Amino acid sequence: MAVAPASDAAEAARAACAAHANAPDALIEILHDVQAALGCVPKDAVPVIAEAINRSRAEVHGVVSFYHDFRSEPAGRVVVKLCRAEACQAVGCEALAQEAEKRLGVAFGETSMDGRVTLEAVYCLGDCALGPAALIGDELHGRLTAEKLEQLVKEAGA
Amino acid sequence: MTALTLFLPDDAAAASVGADRVAAALDAAAKTRSLHLTLVRTGSRGLLWLEPLLEVERAGARVGFGPLEADDAASVLDAVLGDGAHAKAVGAVEEIPYFAKQTRSLFARCGVIDPLDLGGFRAAGGLAGWDAARAMAPADIVAAVTASGLRGRGGAGFPAGIKWNTVLAAAGEQKYVCCNADEGDSGTFADRMLMEGDPFTLLAGMAIAGRASGAREGYVYIRSEYPRAIAKMRAAVAVWERDNVSGEDDRGSLFSFHIRVGAGSYVCGEETSMLESLEGQRGEVRAKPPIPALKGLFGKPTVVNNVLTLASVPAILERGADWYASLGAGRSTGTQAFQLAGNVKRGGLVELPFGVALRELIDGYGGGTLSGRPVRAVQLGGPLGAYVSADQLDVAMGYESLAEIGAMLGHGGIVVFDDSVDMARQARFAMDFCAIESCGKCTPCRLGAVRGRETIDKILAGDDVDANLALIEDLCEVMTDGSLCAMGGLTPMPVLSAIKGWPEDFRKARKAAE
Repeated sequence: MAVAPASDAAEAARAACAAHANAPDALIEILHDVQAALGCVPKDAVPVIAEAINRSRAEVHGVVSFYHDFRSEPAGRVVVKLCRAEACQAVGCEALAQEAEKRLGVAFGETSMDGRVTLEAVYCLGDCALGPAALIGDELHGRLTAEKLEQLVKEAGA
Repeated sequence: MTALTLFLPDDAAAASVGADRVAAALDAAAKTRSLHLTLVRTGSRGLLWLEPLLEVERAGARVGFGPLEADDAASVLDAVLGDGAHAKAVGAVEEIPYFAKQTRSLFARCGVIDPLDLGGFRAAGGLAGWDAARAMAPADIVAAVTASGLRGRGGAGFPAGIKWNTVLAAAGEQKYVCCNADEGDSGTFADRMLMEGDPFTLLAGMAIAGRASGAREGYVYIRSEYPRAIAKMRAAVAVWERDNVSGEDDRGSLFSFHIRVGAGSYVCGEETSMLESLEGQRGEVRAKPPIPALKGLFGKPTVVNNVLTLASVPAILERGADWYASLGAGRSTGTQAFQLAGNVKRGGLVELPFGVALRELIDGYGGGTLSGRPVRAVQLGGPLGAYVSADQLDVAMGYESLAEIGAMLGHGGIVVFDDSVDMARQARFAMDFCAIESCGKCTPCRLGAVRGRETIDKILAGDDVDANLALIEDLCEVMTDGSLCAMGGLTPMPVLSAIKGWPEDFRKARKAAE
């Protein structure tokens, strides 16, 4: 997915703000909505949001950049969030992480050249008794192996 | 057509090992058998190694089958319709020792009820606490919670009644209840399980906290990593408000709810950082004082409590403070939801009164490590908690007894590691995690974590190990004493406990070089 044109970004941003009554305290909800609509929070959306909720562009940018969830570029078709926190470390997630980079052909924090898959590290998905765990799209998967992970990513449409 | 009711969790952990695939396969198998199947999707019982665990009622008890795969659906249906014999039959679920030996009160309904069936919840007495609270004066509710000895389950263990009393006594019309559901500690999943399996109990607890403190609005701040919990809580609020369970007076609803979703920041589990996030700001920690009880959300007096703290309250009002205070040990009253995680054979949720020995949890309940190798280290209380060694496992699990050995209970997470763990790498990870997740407001945390990671890298490379270990200890002192919140202030706990408990792991590179 390419970055949306500026007009789309502005429209999505205005719609998201309006859905939350232009409330400044709803900024994080607004950003979630914009990202759901556009796949990311594009730079062009920031001034529009700032104006709608009556906050400075710097403040809005500050919030966007603080939180790990918000991206400035759209992700790949399938987003894999592999847990690399302690409980998953205890059942070998670091070896799995290395193998995942190899099999998916993408490094952590990056999207593959063909736009198929984005690989990210997360710190805890709440599946700590059934690790190693990953979110693939919105679906949580436990007791992962490299083979299973590769298969699931394929099934998810990458 | 034969009718059949079965129970299968739609808890995220159960789904992570195939519960939804099993559900689809059961539906398909029922069709070919002309069977009218009602599949109730419950929360999880917390016997996670048995998930997906299918249950059916037989002679007044629920008998189970697990861990199931989609391929088992047809044979399990036949077994349920027949004599019940199946290779994956586990018998009466509540008679499985792992479950039978627990004291389920907070999680009594989780995995049993349909989480969104308000009628069933009411019929089972789930609203008794809220009904009792509505007939009580706020100060009497606070007195009951104080007398129960209930302490904050988020990790700090602060007495809930004292906090509520501060908010009640604070001047002002506008007050808030904020439920901290930003359960970011690795090794913990109890908040998630409760929100997915028994959300009305949490809503009732929040409404009671509101009634006690004078707040009429509540916020639940749920981390974005929990999509199922978010969906379940939103649905539960919709049902609650549709049936007007809160009730109303001339000012409107006695208590209303907002569900807010985090955005992938660990530090937002710190209460002041969470409040900033709820206000639509960067999740930067606030200096205390003023405490949130006096100046919290939007600067108003605010009760901030963890999911499990709030969800414990309805039963206290229903069964009495004395009942709650009679459970537990010393000043750690009530039950604690221990969460067995990491390299453990039977991981899951174990609710017991405080005071149980860690060894009993890991060996008795957990069955030892999943790998079958010896336990080498156990991290208690999440990424900011200490590592304890295999010879410390007789410690009793309570706030004070753990503090005596330099560990902490935190949110009740227990992460087991076998003897393949490298403790120097775990110490490095603790610093790394702090560097990634620091909010950046105070210097000891923001810079200390980065310098700490670099220094441990030098130690791992065998570079001037003694001097660098001394440097780490100095740095940890600065972080402990100088950080604004627990992020920088407690990161030294896992680091120093690893150095103290497993010094040999920090000297491997030097040995190799010699």
